[in-house]
Amino acid sequence: MSATAVLSPDVIDKYEPVIGLEVHVQLLTETKAFCGCANKFGAAPNTNVCPVCLGLPGALPVLNRKAVEFATLTGLALNCQVRERSIFARKNYFYPDLPKGYQISQFDKPIAEHGWIEIPTPNGGIKRIGVTRAHMEEDAGKSIHDGFADSLTKTYVDLNRCGTPLVEIVSEPDLRTPDEAFEYLTKLKEILLFAGVSDCNMEEGSLRCDANVSVRLKGAPKFGTKAEVKNVNSFRYIRAALEYEIERQIEIVESGGRVAQETRLWNAGEGRTYSMRSKEQAHDYRYFPEPDLPPLIVSEEWKAEIAKSMPELPEARRKRMIAEYELNEQDAQTLTSSREFADRFEEVAGKAKNPRRVANLLLSELGGRLKAANLELDQSPISLTGIGLAADLLEESKISSKQLKQLFDISFEKGEDFPAVYEREKPQQITDASAIEALIDQVIAANAAQVAQYKGGKKTVAGFFVGQVMRASKGQANPALLNELVTKKLDAQ
Amino acid sequence: MSVSLEEVERVAELASLELAEDEKPRMQRDLNAILEYVAQLNSLDTSAVEPLAQVSELLDAGSTADKGDGAALRVDETRPCLDRKVVMEEAPETNGAFFKVPKVIER
Repeated sequence: MSATAVLSPDVIDKYEPVIGLEVHVQLLTETKAFCGCANKFGAAPNTNVCPVCLGLPGALPVLNRKAVEFATLTGLALNCQVRERSIFARKNYFYPDLPKGYQISQFDKPIAEHGWIEIPTPNGGIKRIGVTRAHMEEDAGKSIHDGFADSLTKTYVDLNRCGTPLVEIVSEPDLRTPDEAFEYLTKLKEILLFAGVSDCNMEEGSLRCDANVSVRLKGAPKFGTKAEVKNVNSFRYIRAALEYEIERQIEIVESGGRVAQETRLWNAGEGRTYSMRSKEQAHDYRYFPEPDLPPLIVSEEWKAEIAKSMPELPEARRKRMIAEYELNEQDAQTLTSSREFADRFEEVAGKAKNPRRVANLLLSELGGRLKAANLELDQSPISLTGIGLAADLLEESKISSKQLKQLFDISFEKGEDFPAVYEREKPQQITDASAIEALIDQVIAANAAQVAQYKGGKKTVAGFFVGQVMRASKGQANPALLNELVTKKLDAQ
Repeated sequence: MSVSLEEVERVAELASLELAEDEKPRMQRDLNAILEYVAQLNSLDTSAVEPLAQVSELLDAGSTADKGDGAALRVDETRPCLDRKVVMEEAPETNGAFFKVPKVIER
C-alpha cells in the first residue's frame, strides 16, 4: 500500500468521495446516565463508581432526567424530530472497560432523527447536511494499555467514565469533501456549545468523531465500499485523515483492486491510517430491547417545556446581533466565536451607554491591535470591561478618540488592562470653559476668512475651528464643551 | 429455519464461549428447538398488534402510565459512590487504584 505516491489531479477528479460522520458527545450532567455517580473528568481512578456502573449483578439502571432533557435539546437544535416514545437497547460486546458485557444504547427507536445542519460552501452558498439520528447511550470506561511496569502483560482499567451519558449524532452520507466534513464538525460543535449540552472538549474526550468514507466514480449510482476511520482527536486531523483515506482508496480502485470494508486507525504522527486488521464479520452486536428500562416517553408538553429552555443558537444570535449592533457578517462571526465570549460581550454592551460603540471599539481599535500583535481575543491585554469603560468615556466625551488610541497603545505596550492605564495616565482634559474660550478667540482672530464663510451660512466650517482649537489644546480640550463653545462664539461674531 | 453447526460456532464465538466438540450438536439441537417454538409463534397473525419493547408497557396502560413528563426519571443529583478500597478488595487483580486484566488484544 503506497498512498504516498502522488495521484494526478485528473485521476482524483474522476472520483467522488462520500463521507458520513459519527460524533459522540458527553452530556454536561452532574451525574451519570443511569446512576448517581458524579459525571466528572479527571477524578482519581475508580472513585466515581457504584454497583450500577460496575455492572454488579442485580444492580438496575435509572435514567437521568437531565440527560433526557439534554438529548432532547440536542435533537431540537439539530432540527430533528424528537420521538414521543424511544426504546433503549443492549449492544452486546466483550471488552474489559464495559463491565456489563453490553452498552445501553438506542437502536431502531432513537430519541431524535431526521434532522439537518447547514454548512457554508466555498462559493458562499449553504449546503444542508442530513442528520440521520441522535441517540442516547452510555460511555464505556477507560483501558490503559501502556505506561505501567507490567503493561506488557496487563491492561489497566478505570471505570470512572463508565455510564457517562452520551449522545451519538450520525450524519447522512451527504458530505463530499474533507473540507465539508470539517465545516460540518465546526458547525455541530458550535451548536452543541451554544445549546449548552456538552463542553465538546476533544482533549478530554467529551467530543469524539469517527468517519465513514468511500469513493466512487462520479455519476456512479451506488456508493463504494466504505472504511471507518477512528482514533482522530481533532477536526484538522479528521480533514487530514479523510484526505489520506480518499487518495488511498482511489489508488486501490485505479489499480484494479477492491477497497476492504474495515476499521482503520489514524496515526497523527505518520499522517496515515492503518488497518485494525479485525476479523471478517467481527461486528455483530445482537441488539435487543433493554429489559431493565421502560420505554422513554417525552410528551409534547415536556418537549415544549424543554424547547423553551433552549438558549439562542449561533445562527439566530448572529442575525440578531447584526441588527442590534449594526455589524457585518464577519464581525458577527468574531463576536460569537464562542457563546461564552458573546455572552460577556453582550453583558458589557448591555451596560454601556452606547452598545454599538462597544462593538465598534472591540472590532476596530482592539481587533486591529490584536491582529498587529498576532494575538487571539482571549489573549488581549484589554478586557471587555476595559472596552466598556473606554466606550463610555468616548461617549461622554471624557476622552477624545486620539487619546483613546494612545491609551490603548500603552495598554498593549505594558500588557495592562485599560482601566488601570486610564487611571494612571488619565489625560489632562481642559474642562475650564474660559481656558477653551481663550483658545477659540485666538483661532477666530487668526482665521477671518473662515469666520466670514460661517457668517455667510456655511455652518460646517465650525468643524474647522473645532479641529484647530483641539490641536492648539494638544488634544486635551473636552470635545463636547469645545463644540458647544465654538458654535456659541461663532454665532456671536 | 434451522441452525447449522457453523452458526452454532459463530454464536459461541460472539458469546466468548468455548464449546467442546460433543457440545456443538447438543447446542444445535437446543437452538433449533427454540427456533421451532418461535416459528410456531410466528404463525399467529399479529398484524393488528402494537409491538412491545417489554411487558411493562402492558402494565403501564393502566393507572401507572408514564405521563411523559419525566417525573418517573431520576433527578440529576450526585449520590455517594462506593469506597474504592472495598471495590478493589472484591476484584481478582488490582494495583489498589486500577483493575488489572490480562493484556487486551483487539479482536
